[in-house]
Amino acid sequence: MRYVDEYRDGAAARKWLDALRATVTQPWTLMEICGGQTHTLLRSGIDRMLPEEITLVHGPGCPVCVTPVELIDKAVALARLPEVILTSFGDMLRVPGSDTDLLTAKARGGDVRMVYSPLDAVELARKNPDREVVFFAVGFETTAPANAMAVWRAHQLGMPNFSILSSHVLVPPAMEAILSAPDNRVQGFLAAGHVCAVMGYWQYLPLAEKHEIPITVTGFEPLDLFQGIWMTVKALEEGRWGVENQYTRTVTAEGNRPAQDLLRKVFRVVDRPWRGIGVIPESGLGLRDELADFDAERRFRVEGVGGEESPLCIAGEILRGLKKPHECAAFGRECTPETPLGAPMVSSEGACAAYHLYGRLATDHLATETAS
Amino acid sequence: MCLGVPGKLIEIHEDPLGMHMGKVSFGGITKQVCLAYTPEAEVGAYVVVHVGFAISTIDEEEAKRVFTTLEELGELEAELGRVVLSEGAFGEGSAA
Repeated sequence: MRYVDEYRDGAAARKWLDALRATVTQPWTLMEICGGQTHTLLRSGIDRMLPEEITLVHGPGCPVCVTPVELIDKAVALARLPEVILTSFGDMLRVPGSDTDLLTAKARGGDVRMVYSPLDAVELARKNPDREVVFFAVGFETTAPANAMAVWRAHQLGMPNFSILSSHVLVPPAMEAILSAPDNRVQGFLAAGHVCAVMGYWQYLPLAEKHEIPITVTGFEPLDLFQGIWMTVKALEEGRWGVENQYTRTVTAEGNRPAQDLLRKVFRVVDRPWRGIGVIPESGLGLRDELADFDAERRFRVEGVGGEESPLCIAGEILRGLKKPHECAAFGRECTPETPLGAPMVSSEGACAAYHLYGRLATDHLATETAS
Repeated sequence: MCLGVPGKLIEIHEDPLGMHMGKVSFGGITKQVCLAYTPEAEVGAYVVVHVGFAISTIDEEEAKRVFTTLEELGELEAELGRVVLSEGAFGEGSAA
């Protein structure tokens, strides 16, 4: 086993599809939280194979997409400071701020560098003691432990020239916000497998109870998604709610304890604005007061950030599952991966980028609607 | 961003600054990975790696579940005497 190819087997997928067809009797709308799952669904064409009763809407699980435009503007402003080396994951570099992105800031002379791991940013700071290394730390619970370790390591090594621009977001409060919205249409969730690998899934029980919905912790390969969808639909058909785990090879109920321990040491829960959605209470992580020295927003005074969105972009409605990317008037016209107006068209996990990449275009959509 | 890639742990060591690290092979390509969050992982185990950190050790028994559940479903279907035809998943319509 290599734990990849086996889960892409077409014959097994056909059997799961059969099981799904035998189970579903009425329309259901499910949301997959994670943008990685959105991409698998579209890449393998699962969205087109599912019985027509099942509608999948795509969730806000793309940290790059929900990072507020003000923070991108701040990162760009920091990158312009001569003493600063601004580091981040590759996905962040092309996300549009109010008037530019980090890659453009780099082209104009800013020292912007892509890192694979947050520890690489710490290493860069160690090797450049005369420079200030700022790590633009974005991510959900999956990434937060890695970012926490970078801060903790810099703290242990007593490094004065490392800091983070923190944009950490949490999944359960976003699910609560989606379910509580008056226009919500989500009846069941596929919870993000790797977020749960870190946090476990005990956090989702109160959500499932309160809203009486099934939540299935689901992996990222085609067979995982088929099984996760089947488990969720089966629960809906049987009138059950609660939390079930499809991704048992990677996720346990309690999650990764060492990672949770360090998260608690480094971060505290804070209110956080989500791009396109607004402020969600207690939905983010910020540095604890004792580690505030590592907070780039405190270390550097950055003024004059605009925080303006393109008026054409409907990313907020897409991230809440109210609309699909090809229902946006700008999709594929003013907004393309080459000239993105919003973050979901940039990120490798953005729903708009997935629709564009895998050819779910407006005309296509209309043809499908007419046929069904 | 929450991409996690399974790889085989082929070596464990401490880096010069005392961090629990390992070498992980992804189908032949190897990378240095921080093992601080998977202290239980032994050489030969498969770990899920995200931004240079192992976040979970893969449970080999549980890894088969997606297939065993299918088999159980198949047996159940047979027992109930129901026939479900397959149409066109992953290619031209062939019956399962």
